Amino acid sequence: MQVQSMHFKRRARGALADEILQANLAKFGTAGLAQLRAEAVAAYGPEAFERLRTAGAEIRDRALAELDTYIERFEQEATRRGAAVLFAESGTEARDLVLDICRRHGIRKAIKSKSMLSEEAGLNEALDAIGVHPVETDLGEYIIQLADEPPSHIIAPAVHKSKDEVADLFAKSHARPRKTDIAQMTREAREALRPHFVSADLGISGGNFLVAETGSGAVVTNEGNGRMVTTLPRVHVCITGIEKVIPTLEDLATLLRLLTRSATGQPISNYVSVFTGPRRAGDLDGPEHMYFILVDGGRTNLVGGDLQEMLRCIRCGACMNHCPVYKTVGGHAYGWVYPGPMGAVLTPAYVGLENALDLPHAATLCNQCGVVCPVRIPLPELLRKLRERQVESSLRPRSEMLGLRAWSWVAQRPRLYALATRWAARVLRLLGGRTGRIRRLPLAGAGWTVGRDLPAPSGQTFRDLYRRRRRD
Amino acid sequence: MRVGLFVTCLVDLMRPSIGLAAVKLLEAAGCEVLVPPTQTCCGQPGYNSGDRRSARALAEKVLAEFEACDYVVVPSGSCAGMIKAHYPDLFQGEAVLLDRVRRLGSRTYELTDFLVSVARLERVPGRFAGTVTYHDSCSGLRELGVKQQPRALLAAVSGLRLKEMDECEQCCGFGGTFAVKFGEVSAAIADRKCARIRASAADAVVLGDLGCMLNIEGRLRRLGDADTRVLHVAEVLAGETF
Repeated sequence: MQVQSMHFKRRARGALADEILQANLAKFGTAGLAQLRAEAVAAYGPEAFERLRTAGAEIRDRALAELDTYIERFEQEATRRGAAVLFAESGTEARDLVLDICRRHGIRKAIKSKSMLSEEAGLNEALDAIGVHPVETDLGEYIIQLADEPPSHIIAPAVHKSKDEVADLFAKSHARPRKTDIAQMTREAREALRPHFVSADLGISGGNFLVAETGSGAVVTNEGNGRMVTTLPRVHVCITGIEKVIPTLEDLATLLRLLTRSATGQPISNYVSVFTGPRRAGDLDGPEHMYFILVDGGRTNLVGGDLQEMLRCIRCGACMNHCPVYKTVGGHAYGWVYPGPMGAVLTPAYVGLENALDLPHAATLCNQCGVVCPVRIPLPELLRKLRERQVESSLRPRSEMLGLRAWSWVAQRPRLYALATRWAARVLRLLGGRTGRIRRLPLAGAGWTVGRDLPAPSGQTFRDLYRRRRRD
Repeated sequence: MRVGLFVTCLVDLMRPSIGLAAVKLLEAAGCEVLVPPTQTCCGQPGYNSGDRRSARALAEKVLAEFEACDYVVVPSGSCAGMIKAHYPDLFQGEAVLLDRVRRLGSRTYELTDFLVSVARLERVPGRFAGTVTYHDSCSGLRELGVKQQPRALLAAVSGLRLKEMDECEQCCGFGGTFAVKFGEVSAAIADRKCARIRASAADAVVLGDLGCMLNIEGRLRRLGDADTRVLHVAEVLAGETF
């Protein structure tokens, strides 16, 4: 997928001006996934849930500490059970591996369940180019495929769209009378998808987890499409990141408890599919051939570094559901596969710091993400580390660095500071005039007054007032 | 009890009445209040902008100025959080300094937290005729656990009625330099907060952090609301709301 993250500001401005998007986001913010999570945590018991978060973080840390060992174990166990395990260094390499598999097995049509990695790899376009028709079968992904848009949320990819927009899209794409009843619309989508499920010869899934001890992949879905994608076609490819490996099935159980509650507030998703090797003699279903494609795509660069905690991520989306910035501009503003706080860390880490300069700064550091993250990723701290890297690599604008250094230089010289603030207090008071409100500031201050007044100060600093009071 | 008041740069410049109110409250709680005259900024702007060097220099300065105090009290959750939660990060691998900033951090409190948890202030000097709603600032709430403390103190203010707004724990969109770098996004986030405040129909929104205060007041005024007052919790508790 083309990286557009360098245009965050422009895209955010566009999102703010898009009234339909704003209405959809407002609905998501007040009656969305964050509320469902809160109810689920209350039902589970907040303290018990905190313990579960700790357990989840420990499992992920244990796996990451010996990632190579667990990947090797996974490869052995999966291979022993008849699956092929392939490794790709980049999204592009992963894409080429899928294309090879298509050619080898004479694939004509692929059905897909949700996979963010296939977005990293730009897989759909590549499949189309060799004449393999990819059909997204997750309802949200299906909608955005019809609309020819990228996902705007990692688990609710079409959350930026209203029911009416989807109704228009379905009427146009399905050539059937426009419906606005959600149950009927869903039924229509199922009817449109059903023939694809039956006729596809390749199923492409993502993988929420890879279980080392059994060589299994696991996906969670609510629509059952994941089950069909991984069992119906004669070839199944599971494409996912190398960091998704966990040691045991027991660990999977713990992480599932966390994942679905954090994502959608469900105690468990409607379907949990654990797939282990291709169909064996006597099995009623399952693919004849099964491949795992494990993609690095920049992940090993994070291992052992100060961003390693990010690799714990289990892709629940809770951070964006609770992010004031995401809830205001939506996912497309972030300009690549992963939006919200996790995307603001992953995008610069995977596509380059210089290609996503705004993202680490596009956060208020309110830490609403950090307190809901099921695996305790300290997202604000990681964003801050990326900001430090930008400074170290001289990637920040000169004016910004000059301003910061000047502030710090003056703040280290108390007498000069006292003088400067005394004058600033007076000037600001004058600027405030009779209303006591400053409506327009120059330079960097313009960013403030574009949307707000600045309440003017009273004209004297605390320092001066306090000293005078002590003297009297 | 020798209490060092870290006034914060924004209070010093933008709303000195908060500093005076804090002095009054600490004295009412029986503290000996010290205000080191050379104090300036805690280093947060540099720290959050990736400029560790600047942040570290200012952290050392704060350490030198306040180390002799029994406690450090700050009328701002984010500046107190900077000292308590983030100073140690700036001195990783420097055993002696790290130990010193850790000890300073363990004696540093946000104002209402200190008044309730340490000074055990019971009689609050302020009076307020009207309804207020409380905005929980992010750092105070999520870094320092400031939640019940201001409410307990406000409950002791004669005449004051507290009416909680919806989503009182949601960020107001300030975020330090975020508010300047992404002014439009920041203002749009503030809109939601302003709507909640207005929906509460309170006479005033009360809070404990200057950044949020300037942001919320600035946005309310820009939206044409000249009536809803925006007050720091210290001003209300000390009765300095004029």
